[in-house]
Amino acid sequence: MIVMAKNKSDQKRRIENVLSALKHDKLAIASLVFLVIIIALALLAPILPLDPNTTDVRNMFQPPSPEHWFGTDDIGRDYLSRVIYGGRVSLLVGFLAMITCVCVGVLVGTVSGYCGGWIDSILMRIVDIMSSIPWMVLVTVISLFLKRGLKSIIIVIGFFTWMEIARLVRAETLSLKEREYVMYAKFVGIPGYVIILKHIIPSVLPTIIIAASTGIANAIMTESSLSFLGLGIQQPMSSWGSLLQNAQSYMQNAIYMAILPGLLIVLTIFAFNKLGNLLRIFVEPRVMSGEKD
Amino acid sequence: MAKYIIKRILAAIPMVLIITVICFALMNLAPYDAIDAMTTPNMSPETVALIKAKYGYDQPVYIQYIRWLDGLINGNFGYSIVTHQSISADLAIRIPNTIKLILPAYLLAYALAIVLGLIAGSHKNKWADKLIDGICAIGIALPTFWVSMLLIYFLGYKLNVLPIVGMHTIGQENSMIDYLRHFLMPFIALFLSFLPDATRYVRSSTITQYSEDYVMVQQAFGASKAEIMFKHVCKNVLLPIITKLGMALPMLVTGAIITETIFGWPGVGPYFVKAIQGMDYPIVMVILVLSSTLVILGNLLSDILYSLTDPRIKDLG
Amino acid sequence: MDENKMTQTGERLLTVDNLKTTFMIHKTKVEAVRGASIHVDDGDILAVVGESGSGKSVLMKSIMGLLPENAQTTADSLVYMGRNLLELSADERRKMRGKEFAMIFQDPMTALNPLKKIGSHLTEVLMRYRKLNKKQAREEAIEAIRKVGIPSPEKRLDQYPHEFSGGMRQRVLIAMALCCKPKLLIADEPTTALDVTIQAQILELLKQLRDEEKMSVVLITHDLGVVASLSNRISVMYGGLIMEEGLTDEIFYAPKHPYTRALLHAIPQPTTGVKERLEAIPGMAPSLTNPPAGCPFAERCKYACEKCESEIPAYRQYTKTQRAMCVFTEEELNAMDKEGKADGRTE
Repeated sequence: MIVMAKNKSDQKRRIENVLSALKHDKLAIASLVFLVIIIALALLAPILPLDPNTTDVRNMFQPPSPEHWFGTDDIGRDYLSRVIYGGRVSLLVGFLAMITCVCVGVLVGTVSGYCGGWIDSILMRIVDIMSSIPWMVLVTVISLFLKRGLKSIIIVIGFFTWMEIARLVRAETLSLKEREYVMYAKFVGIPGYVIILKHIIPSVLPTIIIAASTGIANAIMTESSLSFLGLGIQQPMSSWGSLLQNAQSYMQNAIYMAILPGLLIVLTIFAFNKLGNLLRIFVEPRVMSGEKD
Repeated sequence: MAKYIIKRILAAIPMVLIITVICFALMNLAPYDAIDAMTTPNMSPETVALIKAKYGYDQPVYIQYIRWLDGLINGNFGYSIVTHQSISADLAIRIPNTIKLILPAYLLAYALAIVLGLIAGSHKNKWADKLIDGICAIGIALPTFWVSMLLIYFLGYKLNVLPIVGMHTIGQENSMIDYLRHFLMPFIALFLSFLPDATRYVRSSTITQYSEDYVMVQQAFGASKAEIMFKHVCKNVLLPIITKLGMALPMLVTGAIITETIFGWPGVGPYFVKAIQGMDYPIVMVILVLSSTLVILGNLLSDILYSLTDPRIKDLG
Repeated sequence: MDENKMTQTGERLLTVDNLKTTFMIHKTKVEAVRGASIHVDDGDILAVVGESGSGKSVLMKSIMGLLPENAQTTADSLVYMGRNLLELSADERRKMRGKEFAMIFQDPMTALNPLKKIGSHLTEVLMRYRKLNKKQAREEAIEAIRKVGIPSPEKRLDQYPHEFSGGMRQRVLIAMALCCKPKLLIADEPTTALDVTIQAQILELLKQLRDEEKMSVVLITHDLGVVASLSNRISVMYGGLIMEEGLTDEIFYAPKHPYTRALLHAIPQPTTGVKERLEAIPGMAPSLTNPPAGCPFAERCKYACEKCESEIPAYRQYTKTQRAMCVFTEEELNAMDKEGKADGRTE
């Protein structure tokens, strides 16, 4: 069972646990550094000397060089700039989709777990049904009904991946419901939504944070796949996935166009998953093995 | 136990029905429907009405639903708006092709995952585990379509070892070697996509088993490491995995949509994607219902297998 | 209790001298056992008594060789039936477990593999050590199950653990322990997880088996009441060290160590007056990562003085069988009680 830090020494121990885990895991440090860099680049892109749009057809398909670190694309645009701007979109979609997913999941999970009864049954039925449809199929089908673009893809990913979080949150809510302080609050007459906000959600927060980290990773993967199929981000906006879709046609001339965005997707997803692992270490009370009788 | 199975089957039926209702509702909410595909703006209203009546679109919605459902149950999946071909005939060719690709990749991936996961779990935090788990962490981050692209480039184009499109070279449909050459790259891509998750699952299961009390009790009675692994942990890890295989059922139809599309493998994947891109609703809806039903059936199968093999549950029913 | 002992030789089975076990967890040293010494003679039922964290389980596991890899055990002497356990390889020690000595644990509910039949748990141990074929092993297993008092053994052998209650499972584990007729059985709080009526049955069973099987028992427990009727010797453990050891009668009627005295006072007696308070021992167990320099009990001891806290006291031998690790003698402690010199650390 995951619990929040109970007091200062507990907090200190958790931080120590994380730092010690970091020290032993070079990859974890590298991942954190990478995330900081990539997020910084994405946020600062407008003020950096990047130019993703100017075409220069005479210089198309230039491989990476000192002038164009990532080379140029099929109509001569600086690929580094395009990849960074693509990253902005991919990260934005990942982040917003995750927020949507978490909000819906927490809402459904806490309400379902706390209220129980027929509300719980119905909500869980809905979760079951939505989980029954393979996500790829579901997401592509829904994209038929929504106009393709940034908003749609955030909605599509956010509204069709919340089920797992809802289940996790519901399970924790169910066990929290039996805790004495919650039962007392109920007994004293505090309304349900207040209990949920003040008692249940703070205790569920650790689970949510961990799920959020892996949620971003999944969202980025999903967005890339959808954009690759042409069902996600549309021109003139581009994300890593749509860059890859474009690169598909030019692999013979410019394989770097396919390698670079893909590499960034892999590194970003890997880094977010590593972050999720670190958060898990921070959040779980470490039982010293061997400290038994 | 039979009671448990029957209960589960009865619970699954309403789920499937609800899915069909949802699919049918979606189909009717679509901004563009079958009639639009068959008529042009120039046709007179009478012609349109005739066409509607011919295909039964003039009936009330619930009657349409019942006819559609009836058709589904009898294997009549309707017709494509675009090609006017029978969907069931198309699927009858496409689904086996998909299965031919996915089944070997899935089974082999799980076989290797079991070996790697057991090794990793029994050597937790030692170098073997760190290596295997590290590779899995990277593997999970690899988009399948990207791996496919790279495979096509390096093996297909650069080294020119393998063909990059389709299932056969024209004229060589009977050649096994030719088939295998076409088969290899999409197989590798799928295998690599299934492997990391499966390995992680086995690893986690193995670690859990090793931390159970009964392992220490076995050690206290002199069991060697090998005995503990092969006589106890293996069994306890494999049992849930076998039951999990029920979940592979829907994979056999929709598990490789992107990969098949990239490689031009004539399975359900490209069929579905083309239907999406062309707004060919009947096809989309049939595949939706089919895959969802398979998920539900897969869950059912897993539960049944579990109740048959786990002695603790066998007795409950 | 002594009359039972006469049927066994009384020779020394196990000698443990100054055993220390340390765990290394992420560069932190955890000293679970800090120099404990016990011995078991043939025919003994030795009770090792202590609170949670005193190190009693780790001590036993160190003897058995059942500790994880981050644990290190040293001892001046660790000899079982003439064999120096410290000189044996891991594999040699493994082959002694279940055969030369056996251990049963606290929670019977999780001690058996839920996917394997009871019979196979037993036949595995039998075939490992006694070179029996399947049929012979099965017959021996049936016999072992019968011996521990489980009815219809043939049927029960083919059942799974979940079909047995907690008490029954513990009996099965005892049966497993008996299979190869070890001379020593270590029982780590075997009844803590069971309810009181079953507790009595299991303890009775252990006593009976000690007589019938000519087996000696080390019984780990935190409950002094449990040992009173069962054991002939007691070792009291605290903070990784043995505070006091002696014959049961000696410990109960003439305890020499303040900790033992405090434990005895904490047991509710039928004779405790209505208005008398139970004396709880205030304070908490000492830290295992930063153990105190002196007597581990000094912090909570009502007699403690400066000398107690500066160095670990030596043993004072009171009789041939009883000794205690305390700065003060029994007379000095009694005197302090009378004068009320105790420094008010109790309620």
